[in-house]
Amino acid sequence: MSRVRVLVGTRKGAFVLTSDAKRQRWDVGGPHFGGWEIYHLKGSPADPNRLYASQSSGWFGQVIQRSNDGGKTWAPVGNEFVYDGVPGTHQWYDGTQHPWKFARVWHLEPSLADPDTVYAGVEDAALFRTTDGGQTWQELPGLRGHGSGPRWQPGAGGMCLHTIVQDPSHPGRLFIAISAAGAFRTDDAGKTWRPVNRGLQSQMLPDPKAEVGHCVHRIAMHPSRPGVLFMQKHWDVMRSDDAGGSWHEISGNLPTDFGFTIDVHAHEPNTVYVIPIKSDSEHYPPDGKLRVYRSRTGGNEWEALTKGLPQSDCYVNVLRDAMAIDSLDSCGVYFGTTGGQVYASADAGDSWAPIVRDLPSVLSVEVQTLE
Amino acid sequence: MIRVALPPHLRRLAQVNGEVKLHVEGPATQRAVLDALEARYPVLRGTIRDHVTQQRRAFIRFFACAQDLSHELPDAPLPDAVATGVEPFLVIGAMAGGSV
Repeated sequence: MSRVRVLVGTRKGAFVLTSDAKRQRWDVGGPHFGGWEIYHLKGSPADPNRLYASQSSGWFGQVIQRSNDGGKTWAPVGNEFVYDGVPGTHQWYDGTQHPWKFARVWHLEPSLADPDTVYAGVEDAALFRTTDGGQTWQELPGLRGHGSGPRWQPGAGGMCLHTIVQDPSHPGRLFIAISAAGAFRTDDAGKTWRPVNRGLQSQMLPDPKAEVGHCVHRIAMHPSRPGVLFMQKHWDVMRSDDAGGSWHEISGNLPTDFGFTIDVHAHEPNTVYVIPIKSDSEHYPPDGKLRVYRSRTGGNEWEALTKGLPQSDCYVNVLRDAMAIDSLDSCGVYFGTTGGQVYASADAGDSWAPIVRDLPSVLSVEVQTLE
Repeated sequence: MIRVALPPHLRRLAQVNGEVKLHVEGPATQRAVLDALEARYPVLRGTIRDHVTQQRRAFIRFFACAQDLSHELPDAPLPDAVATGVEPFLVIGAMAGGSV
């Protein structure tokens, strides 16, 4: 019988939530790595028992953990993330140039095909890869070597590479996103990159249509239609129908188009989910109502999903990596909040219930659908 | 024999209980102690000092004999009481001030 495993990264540890396919009764495992920030943990599509976790701390730096048994046991692997060559400089908050300096791994993206290959998106923004199960990490320097690096600048949360999307139909094609540089694409497995930000408009930039500098928050793709991308930007929900070649806005009737996370239904490539957040300085839902918005039309027309979610006095945030979709026949949707709740819907968002209510602040949520 | 006391998070990471006892070749310095510590427990590499620059991480402190040795040069000799194992070399996570 199918089951699901939800991987939750929080400010104070990792949790593994498991259920059968009904997704009504849950076992809560953890905390793993208690006291450490777990920005992200994710399983390998090629070997679901192989998990990787980014464990970090302001005191003790970066650790990468690996599990070979679905999260029951873990062991640290390599944590040396050294930029290739001379790191160079990027733009700092005051407009001066600032040396690149590694801070932490924001996102781990295991290869679609090989459990030992994982991409890591880091702060200060760069893309690393391991091909030996995490023992060693090498930068893919073509991204920072694109030439626009000196114009990249940190967002409020740091200059982070937080989104890595693999195109299953073009093995050499990756999309990444950086706050605040924008989206980039490679078609040759990371050797060369180009910015894919045409159509984005960001009023916080001197040139709102600049080639780079946009604060992209997250990009989502349905694997059956990899040329179509959905983006939650700092403001604006966007869509590309040509693999990032150009973008157009699909915010439509959303109550606010600010937000962090975005994802796509497992079986309906045109069904998209966002969680609107009031504004860039008010990081909570509008009107104190926690609502997921679903578009079944690929954008522009959105419906509020509220059943089972708090509809008054709710002032939590949902971060960029904190929503995930399972692939059971009745598609499950999950998200975690900065208030420590993890909500699940077993009916594609029609109704919701909390799996847990009192975890530390949630940084990331991933889900694995297991046979 | 030099005694090193690690903070709880690093003890768990290295899977050690209590103090670590290290044999250090040559003069007992911060660098020699940390080199020996990381050689014994490679998982601690990068958690106390930077992989590349070998500089102490900003929120790590080194105390011994009721003194703050954090700002001593890495090759400065440690107090005799540390070098002879009478007093431990303390690796400390700086106080958070309640920010996280």
